[in-house]
Amino acid sequence: MTKRSSWALPYAIFLVLFVALPLILIIFYAFQDGSGNFTLGNFTKFFTDADAIGTFALSLEVAIENTLICILLGYPAAWILANKKLNRSAVTIVLFIMPMWINALMRTLATAELFHMLGIQLGKGTLLVGMVYDYLPFMIYPIYNILNKMDKSYSEAAADLGATPWQVFWKVQVPLSMPGVISGVMMVFMPTVSTFAISEFLTNNKIKLFGTIIQENINSSMWNYGAALSLVMLVIIGITSLLQDNKKEDVSGGIV
Amino acid sequence: MKRFIAQCYIWLLLIVLYAPIVFIAIFSFTESKVLGNWTGFSTKLYQNLFTGDMQGTGSLMQAIENTLIIALIAAVVSTVLGSIAAIGIHNMRGKTKQAITFMNNIPMLNPDIITGVSLFLLFVFLHISQGYATVVLAHITFCTPYVVLNVLPRLTQMNPNIYEAALDLGATPFQALRKVLLPLLKPGMISGFILAFTMSLDDFAVTFFTRGTIGLDTLSTYIYTDARKGGLTPELRPLITLMFVGILILLIVINIRKIRNSDNEAE
Amino acid sequence: MNSNDYIIEIKNISKSFGDKCILDDVSINVKKGEFVTILGPSGCGKTTMLRLLAGFGQADKGEIRINGEDITNVPPHQRPVNTVFQRYALFPHLDVYENIAFGLKLQKVPAEEIDKRVMKVLKMVSMTDYEDRDVESLSGGQQQRVAIARAIANQPKVLLLDEPLAALDLKMRKDMQIELKEMHRKLGITFIYVTHDQEEALTLSDTIIVMNEGKIQQIGTPTDIYNEPQNSFVADFIGESNILNGKMIKDRVVEFVGHEFECVDEGFGENVDVDVVVRPEDIYIMNRLEGAQFTGKVKSCTFKGVHYEMFVDTDKNYELMVQDYNAFEPDSEVGLLIRPADIQVMHKERTCNTFEGEIVDETHVRFLGETFECLQQEGFAAGDKVKVEVAFSKIDLIDHPEEGMLSGDVYFLLYKGDHYHLTIMTDDGDHIWVDTNDIWDKGDLVGINIAPQDIKIVK
Repeated sequence: MTKRSSWALPYAIFLVLFVALPLILIIFYAFQDGSGNFTLGNFTKFFTDADAIGTFALSLEVAIENTLICILLGYPAAWILANKKLNRSAVTIVLFIMPMWINALMRTLATAELFHMLGIQLGKGTLLVGMVYDYLPFMIYPIYNILNKMDKSYSEAAADLGATPWQVFWKVQVPLSMPGVISGVMMVFMPTVSTFAISEFLTNNKIKLFGTIIQENINSSMWNYGAALSLVMLVIIGITSLLQDNKKEDVSGGIV
Repeated sequence: MKRFIAQCYIWLLLIVLYAPIVFIAIFSFTESKVLGNWTGFSTKLYQNLFTGDMQGTGSLMQAIENTLIIALIAAVVSTVLGSIAAIGIHNMRGKTKQAITFMNNIPMLNPDIITGVSLFLLFVFLHISQGYATVVLAHITFCTPYVVLNVLPRLTQMNPNIYEAALDLGATPFQALRKVLLPLLKPGMISGFILAFTMSLDDFAVTFFTRGTIGLDTLSTYIYTDARKGGLTPELRPLITLMFVGILILLIVINIRKIRNSDNEAE
Repeated sequence: MNSNDYIIEIKNISKSFGDKCILDDVSINVKKGEFVTILGPSGCGKTTMLRLLAGFGQADKGEIRINGEDITNVPPHQRPVNTVFQRYALFPHLDVYENIAFGLKLQKVPAEEIDKRVMKVLKMVSMTDYEDRDVESLSGGQQQRVAIARAIANQPKVLLLDEPLAALDLKMRKDMQIELKEMHRKLGITFIYVTHDQEEALTLSDTIIVMNEGKIQQIGTPTDIYNEPQNSFVADFIGESNILNGKMIKDRVVEFVGHEFECVDEGFGENVDVDVVVRPEDIYIMNRLEGAQFTGKVKSCTFKGVHYEMFVDTDKNYELMVQDYNAFEPDSEVGLLIRPADIQVMHKERTCNTFEGEIVDETHVRFLGETFECLQQEGFAAGDKVKVEVAFSKIDLIDHPEEGMLSGDVYFLLYKGDHYHLTIMTDDGDHIWVDTNDIWDKGDLVGINIAPQDIKIVK
């Protein structure tokens, strides 16, 4: 049976070549100037450029706001969906999952067009609303999943020990559903902080987010600066993913 | 009463959430070039979409074709690669197993833009000219982890003696694989395939960075360029509508059956 | 006996996983048609032994022959054995018929022949009419029958059964035991049965092999194993028993629970420490005190269906388990009597802990991977290899593993009438034996300390 482990070898090589090496290359290029010499210039350029820092801060701000709004709107929705007494229909659950399956650009485009028709000025407000549109399902699904799988006897035990429904909710259900919330945060925060096309559509290119700057630099052949900016984003992602436990909840599986 | 409020909340969210798509769907039945301008009911946009008869935007059909072919190749390759890898990973122990599962998680955790930029840099570094092949490779990179993630649980849930039982009954290792292991992994491989296929269909950022400058367009990049040019190609409206309805039907069928099954099990 | 009479010959098999020795020089011979049970607690190596027989894994050393043929390196699919797996391992994507026909189809047996054989084995396991059923729709007992049918359909020379009844409930287990025994008689093939359930082993087997820690403890018929356990492990593992420290005074006289008894054992020498086993049903208990060998006071009395089980504190403060058809009230004074033939005397496996060690300096010695302080030693130089002896009762166990010089867990425990004899497995996999009056449970994590004055160093 041990020979079977060698079956992973082709994929291991593939991972090294297409996952590990490219990430190393980001670091490699980030510390190089255009002619291939070692430099910290790309980072000093970023940290001394008020515009770039401003964009970076705005991206973080939008991502955090978006994530918070998604939790506030999504948690109650997930809770209701998982509660058999309040929601008996499977259709509503599917309806909430479905947007995850539709091309994000299409959804965003539709949203932007709707704002346009309603005569709403595109700007930071529409950016946030549009993002919530796009990412709310990604918050609801993992929370719903964990609430749905949660053993009902925890809540019953709490009630049996004298907890009011409100206390059952805050002291048992909320703490136990935290892994779902964290998965949701990962699935909402990460894409928002790194998005570029979506923000361009939703603000008619008036507001730039961090992703857009990366994209512009890469596209105008400023690879080294682009790589440095990507590295900054990787650090943010790395910090966020520390939130998540090693024992990951099965979030992406099971949609089908 | 509580139930009523809860249902109101749910449906209110859904209405708001679906408003843009419904709006697009409504205006897919009129000819007007400008959205929001109702010029009477017409199915002309649908006809145009199917006949490919569009003024100056024939490349939309090409983009759709590219999208489907890339998604199909990426899904097939990543299903094969990922399933074989899952069997290997399942039989690994300790540090090597941790290392490879960690690496497998990276493309799923990484934002698309990082995956895109890093692969772009890889192709630049290796002096590989970018185009169809690099896009397919990039898609395999972010699709395969989902296949592994779908196949691996089938292996862990499987009775560890199943494979040995086949050998014990006289099957050669190859026969045991074909007659026992593969049929048991099939459901995981199918859901992995579907997930990989849709991930590839949905992708924008990775394609954007790895398609090079040969003018290769998938649906996502087509929409992006189109929208940046200003006017949205009217034929996109029926396309969005059709994809929406298709996925809606597919998901309702699959999930209602699944939820029924799990409810039955629960009882 | 001619070696050709053996269907299975296992010669000096050893097997380790990493540092852990699972099988240590095991040799077993099995006669054709025998029902052999390998019995032992979990982790004793019994399942590993069975897997080596089936071909799932390679022994590090030794040889396995089936029917006189060396099969040590033959892959599982070419071995004339079939296995009934612990959790059945039925193929969930195939129905009952296809599961049973699996091996036959691989052998390219003609379809009608397959049909006939499948029906025959289904009848044998009383599962006729179930051939089209989905295996996952069957109950545990039914799945078990299908698993057995699948294994015997291939007409193996030897049937291996890995705790096949462990997942069934008690009633079902009892029924299946009878059926298995019947099936063994009808098929006439050799059964190798692995279990941790001593009652199952006693009921089913022609021969029982008791294993512990990778070594064979005893091989014998069920009666032999029950009546004449060769060591305290076997005595404790098979049935209920009182295991006590004793001293062989001379031939036919042994002292334990503070009294001298006549016994039937000879040849131990004089004044030799021994282990004594007395089964609880072999202790006579009576209200009369005169005529008794010793007396005691009943501590508790529980009805067990057929007999009463009593714990008695003896006059010399030992606790004995006694079974009798009559109940004796708690707190009543009773007389106790044991017949010579019911006293089983066994050699002690060890009388103190002995470790390989190395002198560090005059007051320190290194063993079990740690450096311990000891009393001033003379006549040793640093680096000398020595033997370190520590009495069972001189090892301190503490609740907090991190506060001990060493840490480990309670691996095995034996009540010896007035104290517990524990086997501690250290984190490095070494064994330490400890006598204590404190109560520990199996699996408890402990810290281990040894005082300097209790470490005895020998050349």
